[in-house]
Amino acid sequence: MTALFEVKNLTIDIPVPSGMLHAVRGISFEAMRGETLCIVGESGCGKSLTSLAMMDLLPTTAIRNAEKMTFQGQDMRSFSEHQMSDIRGSQMGMIFQEPMTSLNPSYSIGDQLTEMLIRHKNASRAEARERAIYLLEKVGITAAASRLNQYPHQLSGGLRQRVMIAMMLMCDPALIIADEPTTALDVTIQAQILLLLAELQKEFDMGLILITHDLGVVARVADRVAVMYAGEIVEAGTAEEIFNRPTHPYTQGLLDCIPIPGKTARGAKLGAIPGIVPSLVGVIEGCSFRERCKYASDACAKPGIELVPVSGIVEEHVTHDYRCVLSADQCVENLAGNA
Amino acid sequence: MTVNTSKLPDPATILEPSPTQLLTRRAFGHTGLMIGGGILLIMLIMALFAPILAPFDPYDQDLAQRLIPPVWHDKGSWGHPLGTDNLGRDYITRIIYGARISLLIGFSAMLISGVLGTALGVAAGYFGGRVDMVITFLITTRLAMPVILVALAVVALLGSSLQIVIWVLGLLIWDRFAVVMRSATQQIRTMDYVTSARALGCSTLRIILSEILPNVANALIVVATLEVAHAVLLEAALSFLGLGVQPPEPSWGLMISEGKSHMFFKPWVIAIPGTAIFLLVLAINLLGDGIRDVTAPENRN
Amino acid sequence: MLIYSLKRFGVAILVTFAVSVITFVLLHASGDPAMAMAGEGATQEDIEYVREHFGFNRPMLVQYIDWFVRALQGDFGISIYLKIPVAEVIAAKAPITAILGASALTFALLISIPLGVLAAMKPNTIFDRIALTIAVIGQAMPTFWFALLMMIFFGITLRILPVSGNTTWQHFVMPSIALGYYAMPAIMRLTRAGMIEVLSSDYIRTARAKGLRPRTVLFKHALRNAIIPVVSLSAVQLGFMLGGSIIIETIFSLKGLGNLAWQSIQRSDFDVMQALVLSIAMFYILLTYLADLLNAFLDPRIRVS
Repeated sequence: MTALFEVKNLTIDIPVPSGMLHAVRGISFEAMRGETLCIVGESGCGKSLTSLAMMDLLPTTAIRNAEKMTFQGQDMRSFSEHQMSDIRGSQMGMIFQEPMTSLNPSYSIGDQLTEMLIRHKNASRAEARERAIYLLEKVGITAAASRLNQYPHQLSGGLRQRVMIAMMLMCDPALIIADEPTTALDVTIQAQILLLLAELQKEFDMGLILITHDLGVVARVADRVAVMYAGEIVEAGTAEEIFNRPTHPYTQGLLDCIPIPGKTARGAKLGAIPGIVPSLVGVIEGCSFRERCKYASDACAKPGIELVPVSGIVEEHVTHDYRCVLSADQCVENLAGNA
Repeated sequence: MTVNTSKLPDPATILEPSPTQLLTRRAFGHTGLMIGGGILLIMLIMALFAPILAPFDPYDQDLAQRLIPPVWHDKGSWGHPLGTDNLGRDYITRIIYGARISLLIGFSAMLISGVLGTALGVAAGYFGGRVDMVITFLITTRLAMPVILVALAVVALLGSSLQIVIWVLGLLIWDRFAVVMRSATQQIRTMDYVTSARALGCSTLRIILSEILPNVANALIVVATLEVAHAVLLEAALSFLGLGVQPPEPSWGLMISEGKSHMFFKPWVIAIPGTAIFLLVLAINLLGDGIRDVTAPENRN
Repeated sequence: MLIYSLKRFGVAILVTFAVSVITFVLLHASGDPAMAMAGEGATQEDIEYVREHFGFNRPMLVQYIDWFVRALQGDFGISIYLKIPVAEVIAAKAPITAILGASALTFALLISIPLGVLAAMKPNTIFDRIALTIAVIGQAMPTFWFALLMMIFFGITLRILPVSGNTTWQHFVMPSIALGYYAMPAIMRLTRAGMIEVLSSDYIRTARAKGLRPRTVLFKHALRNAIIPVVSLSAVQLGFMLGGSIIIETIFSLKGLGNLAWQSIQRSDFDVMQALVLSIAMFYILLTYLADLLNAFLDPRIRVS
């Protein structure tokens, strides 16, 4: 299986009054067709910027650099804005966090759905309309035809996010990036939308990159997971590996914060990670998590801690990398000893 | 964690600068504010010390010295640096004395309109309901009436004098004060500290004076500067049309009016007083914009 | 929507009424129409006769009601100077001012909207600086002075435009620029602020994520939303321009309503002054009313609810 999207050593720097903010500090990952990759991390860890960088929609002040950045084998770094806009929406769609404000208040749902197909596929108005109705029904909106004439303000947040999803499916893209698509929604709606996304991903055989801070969500839909902390990937691998054998202390801490049915004992205390994310202005040497890590030692302050494979994986397609000075076994033992 | 953790922290980062320090620092860093403030200061000095600064008497005519060009002109001389008008009066003297009239009218009209507009605006914003409805209606009515036309008509009928111009302008341009104060008060009114003052049983007047007004002060200052500029421009227009300040007073607008018949061949007679008005209004506007930027940097755009 | 527009209409009627009362009282309290009518050199008896004959000795309220009832029937009195009905005078002069106002607003919009958009697209660049400088200068320039400077430059130095009169379209060029220039800064600033806000909005990011062409994003998705408040402001500015036409028309000798107002003020022609203030106010009220409706039409959040 070749990668749909691949990035190597992506950095995003933003000049701020006090210096250079290194928001994303050399991350690499790939997205496959028919697979869901979840990027997990706290607010401010750079996961949203990463998704914007993929679409080339970063704020103008942000500086993007990558050793390699390909989409369907083409080098995206050399794309002009014009080429990029041909790909956006047609082959690569994006769903945002704020359904309430992500639709243009001045145009009807129908107009906003159909304009994509008309733009990218030269479709006629009638064809576009037909596809819009089909997709609105697909995302579970009833009376789809009459919804086309409605305006965003007439729809609830959940419905708007469904419209957004339908919109991004209009041109049948190969990859969809969803940046915390359910954060702004009611808890009851969140699960529906996520399951819908997962379903559609299977049905249309797309690649899905889901960006979230909600590990509960990840557990349900992810094929592979990348855990980000302070602009770096600290652990990455297949979902099963990450959940069964969390290795990096940060991942362990994150998992400890949520109850997992069948694993967390009734009445057990949920964990919390003490401290705050370090400032990303200036250079961070050594492990960025060490100030919050209970296993930290002097070794953690030394530069050059790389993302390395967890030893002992033999199965095909199973991957698991982590970024820590401790050995993987030691990490796992730490967790066991702690529990 | 960052590279230079070994260094001692800079003392300035430990002692946070006080809000006043921050404000002063921002004010001095703001180019527009500094330019505006500088020009305004010069104008104020001109107005206050006119008798000392002016080389001549503003009313002294010398018909032998009529329409002398300014010093940068071929035929100009340092005897009259900005030349003379059609009655031979020294132009720079009249410009210096003119600052008095512009500033006097500008500030007085602003004070009158400010008191009126703020009272109405705060009342509308604070009490809401019927009071708000009536005052909003008053504002709409006022906005519908053409200022210059009404001012001209009233001044023409009453006969013009400095006082009349000040009062007419003051009573006409209160609308922006009312509009801004109304919305500012509406915002403040819902704040917790106002609610708690009310819960403590403070009187309405006390709440307005000690809770509302201090918190709308920034907006008030900004509107006040804009209205000074507005009044200066209106006075100039009225005087230009002959219904403002009366001759032989040295009003800049009047000077343009008097120079109008010579402007095609001696353009400086209108260029000089016009530049004076322009600079004064520009300075006040820059100051107002600057104060807004400095006091509320988050609302810059 | 219907209820909304009816409500607004009711307010408009009330405002018109209030303006008429205020204008009437203001003018009658400031001057003596009998004296004005009797003219210069009239004796005390003449004045008393006029006062008696035209009913200026009645209580103000009675006079007002009398005037108001006739005004409702379209009778605004007779110009004491021109000796013809006020309504006729105004109707004859209105087209010139209408042309002036329309071309001034067009000029202002044509310059300030593109400038505002450009400034918003490239904030803190040279474009932005130029736009802001124009705004700051425009706000500080006395209109009449700007008009005179233009007259010197275009009329005398370059000799390409006529400086007074209203016989050809060239006569309207300078007056329109002078009048429109004053409205530009406000429109420019609002366009810029609106565009900056809209361009940083989530739905513009969505539009870009949809791969729409930059000009579609800019014009269809951004400008359409940013322009809504500009519509109201333009209406207000046009209203102000009508008021400002008195200066411009006087300077350029355009024989429109502004010029008429100026002459009537000098002649103490009460009925004309009153009718002019009222008609300009009514026009302003109508404009803002129409702008509100247009706003509601442009904004589905008001239109469809």
